[in-house]
Amino acid sequence: MAATPHSPPESPEAVADALRDAAYLADDSTALIAFLAQRLGKPVLVEGPAGVGKTELAKALSRSTGRELVRLQCYEGLDEAKALYEWNYRKQLLQIQATASTREDGSDPVGVGEIFTEEFLLERPLMKAIASPDPVVLLIDEIDKTDQEFEAMLLELLSDFQITIPEMGQIGANTHPIVLLTSNNSRELTEALKRRCLYLWLDYPSRDREIEIIRLHAPEIDAALAGRLVDVIDMVRELDLKKPPSIAEAIDWARTLILMGADDIDEKTFRESLSIIIKHRTDLDLVAEKIVPRLGGSAGPSGNGNGSANGTG
Amino acid sequence: MTGAPSGMAEQILAFCEELRSEEVAIGTSEIQDAFHALEIVPWTSPVDFKEALATTIAKSPKDREIFDLVFDRHFFRATEEAALEYTPEGAEGRSASLSDQIRDELSMEALADAIRKAIAEGDESAMNELARLAIEAFGRQGESSGVVGVDMQRIRRGLGLSPSADTGGDGEPNGDAIDRDQIARFERQLRRELQRQQIQRQGQLPPARPLSELNRALPMRGAQDLAEVHKAVAQMKRRLATLGHDPRGARRGRTVDVRRTMRSSLETGGVPLNLKYRPRRPRKPEIYVLCDVSTSVSSASTFFLSVLHALHDSFRKLRSFVFIERISEVTHVFEDERDFTTIAEKITSTGGVADVSGYTDYGRVWNEFYADVSSDLGPRSTVIVLGDARTNGRPPAEDAFARVADRANRTFWLNPEPELYWNYGDSVMSAYTPFCDGAFECWKTVHLEQFVDVVASGKVESTGFTARKYTSGHRY
Repeated sequence: MAATPHSPPESPEAVADALRDAAYLADDSTALIAFLAQRLGKPVLVEGPAGVGKTELAKALSRSTGRELVRLQCYEGLDEAKALYEWNYRKQLLQIQATASTREDGSDPVGVGEIFTEEFLLERPLMKAIASPDPVVLLIDEIDKTDQEFEAMLLELLSDFQITIPEMGQIGANTHPIVLLTSNNSRELTEALKRRCLYLWLDYPSRDREIEIIRLHAPEIDAALAGRLVDVIDMVRELDLKKPPSIAEAIDWARTLILMGADDIDEKTFRESLSIIIKHRTDLDLVAEKIVPRLGGSAGPSGNGNGSANGTG
Repeated sequence: MTGAPSGMAEQILAFCEELRSEEVAIGTSEIQDAFHALEIVPWTSPVDFKEALATTIAKSPKDREIFDLVFDRHFFRATEEAALEYTPEGAEGRSASLSDQIRDELSMEALADAIRKAIAEGDESAMNELARLAIEAFGRQGESSGVVGVDMQRIRRGLGLSPSADTGGDGEPNGDAIDRDQIARFERQLRRELQRQQIQRQGQLPPARPLSELNRALPMRGAQDLAEVHKAVAQMKRRLATLGHDPRGARRGRTVDVRRTMRSSLETGGVPLNLKYRPRRPRKPEIYVLCDVSTSVSSASTFFLSVLHALHDSFRKLRSFVFIERISEVTHVFEDERDFTTIAEKITSTGGVADVSGYTDYGRVWNEFYADVSSDLGPRSTVIVLGDARTNGRPPAEDAFARVADRANRTFWLNPEPELYWNYGDSVMSAYTPFCDGAFECWKTVHLEQFVDVVASGKVESTGFTARKYTSGHRY
């Protein structure tokens, strides 16, 4: 099933299948855009709330296409030397000294051309993705954390897949990487960057898809419990929380419930395992206030829903 | 969408034009991308077609929202136009496809049930079919008015569809309650079908109208506003922090740290290859925020308090004050409390700022502020005033304000009123603006972002096209 790194996929469905084999359930638009990215050779800008699987998508693409994943984690103050390339000063200096001692007759000094070659270049992630002999998946994670200057620097790479090194000239890509940029939308990205990318907005998955995802990652969970879990997670996400629970946390919670041997989410289990999905003190209070009473009510198997719901509130 | 691909190209271009008229910025390169994408994606599959267009054209959630609205409208119109062109006589063709038998058998109740079921299952094609049946059923009863909106209302009422309004007070969903979103989906089908019939009847398309503001507004909850304010302020913090050390330009004028340079030169055999510089201490701004909490700005004061709240999250050296007739420092409230509603409550109840009348007295406030705080003001201080400059006829004491502004490094005024209303009535904005480094209208988060842009760029003098600034003399 896994396609070779070099052959582009046939159809969006093929991409979806390949991603599924790599344990990632993509919806139609995600599969379509992943397909387009490979066929058009364009970078994809993935935005969406934290924890919907933006980074995971890149990893799954790497697994499904058999390409290596090159990851650049962005942060404030990230600069070219850490993202693109750097000259290996020490090695250059040694080279100069070594050459000077062998040419003791003092014939000719070391030429610039001799020490500004690929041999003395330290490859950083972006350079590595470009220069790699095999095609890779390049993940530029949390691009919104960097400064606008860095974004501008990326433009050459994203549109032409090449890097200009003043001493050496342009280095073009040997192979075409699949490029994914993720952003948590903490600042507006520049138009220039957006124009060069395909845009994918990832949101929390639909109920059915989330159940599927959870059952894929925690196969021991039974269908009813998974459904119940997703319902509760949805309720929690609808509250105005500092940090709504992500898909990864939902999966963790499912695994926890399995370990606890729970077969339903009632008030007690919920309270005990709450810290898996809620990571803020104020959020904890809010969830305890808003969700816990509702749990008691709708979990009751007999028809006394109304009474108990009001009673616990 | 039955046209040949060449007609398709024109359609897509027209569609992009329409999007541009709705203020979605689309570059030519993006349209090219769209065409490239459509070469690979089978354009006969509606979902893929739409998604391929969206991913190449709409590059933010907001653009996507507009894209969806315009997409539906545009291609609906395009289809209808083509239909009018090719089948001028066959207006009956479509509805004849429904078997007469079903049509006669369906009672109103059965129809409503069927619709409920289809909505609950989210079956689009069934919804479409049922929408047509519903329209016909009402048409038979002779209730069709010919106005889409009126018919919509009648059919909705006749079917008894309502979003799960009859759920119990405890929020427990009852058996056959239907999701609001799904009803909206059905109603969209219904509306479209009504429009289609109207077009068939009249044989022409209604004029295209731009999307209304209401349609375009993103769904907003109050708390999301708070989150946006926090986002804007977080941005401001980052901008202020990195202010003055942009990577290249700041190299000049730095002093070499000889000791560290020598030390690192040992690595390179005594050749000082890497110069080490003395680190530049980023300037820590001291911010003084004065916030008007009187009744005249009551609508804005929640917004202002959330700005204060966000500022406190981001800045260490921040002192906040609230004032009405007198001024009172509330820094400790923000330091002790995290929860916004509690803070708002505490400040309004125990701020102790209203003396007798409850009307703002700017003059007194400046004098008090100057007396209490002026000794702390210095070249690092930034004073931000959030207020409407409505003095209720009392003396504005601009000389006191001038002294405050003089001692502080920078002074900004954020006014919750649109600029149009400044200096009308008892507003004395023009008395203060000469002493401010910038005065801005600020009643939406967008304005706050503009303020951040201007402040953080350090170029207050060059005016942005929206956030205008009045230097001294401008208004006289």
